[in-house]
Amino acid sequence: MAEEAIKLGGKKQSTFIDKVKELLPEGGNLNLCLTCGACSSGCPATGLEGMDPRKFLRMAALGMDEEITSTKWVWMCSMCTRCVYVCPMKINIPQLVYYARQSWPREERPKGIIGSCDMALRSDTCSAMGASEEDFQFVVEDVLEEYQEAQPEFADMKAPVNKVGAEFFLNQNSREPVTEPDEMVPLWKILHSVGADWTYGTKGWAAENYCLFAADDENWERIVRTKVKAVEDLKAKVWLNTE
Amino acid sequence: MFAVRFGLQKFKIDANFEIKSIIQLYAEWLREGKLKVNSDWNRERKIKFTVQDPCQLVRKSFGDPVAEDLRYVVKAVVGEENFIDMTPNRSNNFCCGGGGGFLQSGYPDQRRKYGELKANQILATKADYCITPCHNCHAQVHDLSEMREHPWQTVHLWTLICLSMGILGPNEREYLGDDLKEVDVFHPESAM
Repeated sequence: MAEEAIKLGGKKQSTFIDKVKELLPEGGNLNLCLTCGACSSGCPATGLEGMDPRKFLRMAALGMDEEITSTKWVWMCSMCTRCVYVCPMKINIPQLVYYARQSWPREERPKGIIGSCDMALRSDTCSAMGASEEDFQFVVEDVLEEYQEAQPEFADMKAPVNKVGAEFFLNQNSREPVTEPDEMVPLWKILHSVGADWTYGTKGWAAENYCLFAADDENWERIVRTKVKAVEDLKAKVWLNTE
Repeated sequence: MFAVRFGLQKFKIDANFEIKSIIQLYAEWLREGKLKVNSDWNRERKIKFTVQDPCQLVRKSFGDPVAEDLRYVVKAVVGEENFIDMTPNRSNNFCCGGGGGFLQSGYPDQRRKYGELKANQILATKADYCITPCHNCHAQVHDLSEMREHPWQTVHLWTLICLSMGILGPNEREYLGDDLKEVDVFHPESAM
């Protein structure tokens, strides 16, 4: 006879993947992997940091928590969910990535993402570029006035701010009011041409939310609640995204 | 949009409003005859366009129906014969690499490596323009083009809608290439 079979001692330890399973509906199907590789073959992040989605999931399933929670790859997966879309078992690898991001101490997560999340928390605008309520309203009104004069066909075009009871509450990525305000104008012209009843809100207007990317649940929720309140306070029927 | 939509579910927040993308409304307004676009401006020019299906909008939010809305509007604006789809597309499209915070994560080399798949997909269409109806996509696809000495231009859809309606002024053309900078300029005297 060969050597004795290896016996695993003690109780199975709770691993990172077990904790994530508890958090996800249906456990995120994380134990259903057929190892087919459909996820990895169509993932643009395959190969970065020597990692791919299947490898990441297999390593998690094997309890290699140290590697899973330290690889920089979790910041290179864009959580685009294409792997879930093509997976025959609909395994939620992006959520595993999300919780792996969350396992990083906040101060060690990428500065650019954390900085944008923190900036958005500084005011009710939720702007990751730090534009204040006053700045936003000033830019909108200033640009509108300029175009009403320069293009008389649009003299009666409006870009309402804090109008109560409009059908659409339009949000806006901070990039436009902060760095390229002229890019807001084509959008206003379209809304004007179709006769849309819309408004911006000085609170909650910024479309971006980096706290989600930062895997910062508490502040992600805070931003969502701020935006929901802004839309509801203005009694808009639709929260309209420019994207 | 995904952050709010998914956030409402995740944090069990009741909201008494609907969430929509303006892409859906463009299509609705076009069907209702309110959005008066046409592709005459491109009939002779035959400038080719492709479109990036944003993951947040298509795969992660409204699925293939909104991808169809997007194509319906784009084809009305640039001409059906001037639209070339990437492969794969719609819900099966590849992420460009601008999502998930990648643009801000401090790994530009890896982000560009990630974007190679997207760049090759765009190059295979031989399109002159890639329409990106998402800010992160716009920034990333624009950067991927810049890294290759601009084989394609990267534009927002609102720019082309207004161009096709003849109401695009001289200062609203930041992302148009030289082939379209001077075309049908609305109030050219207001150039800054």
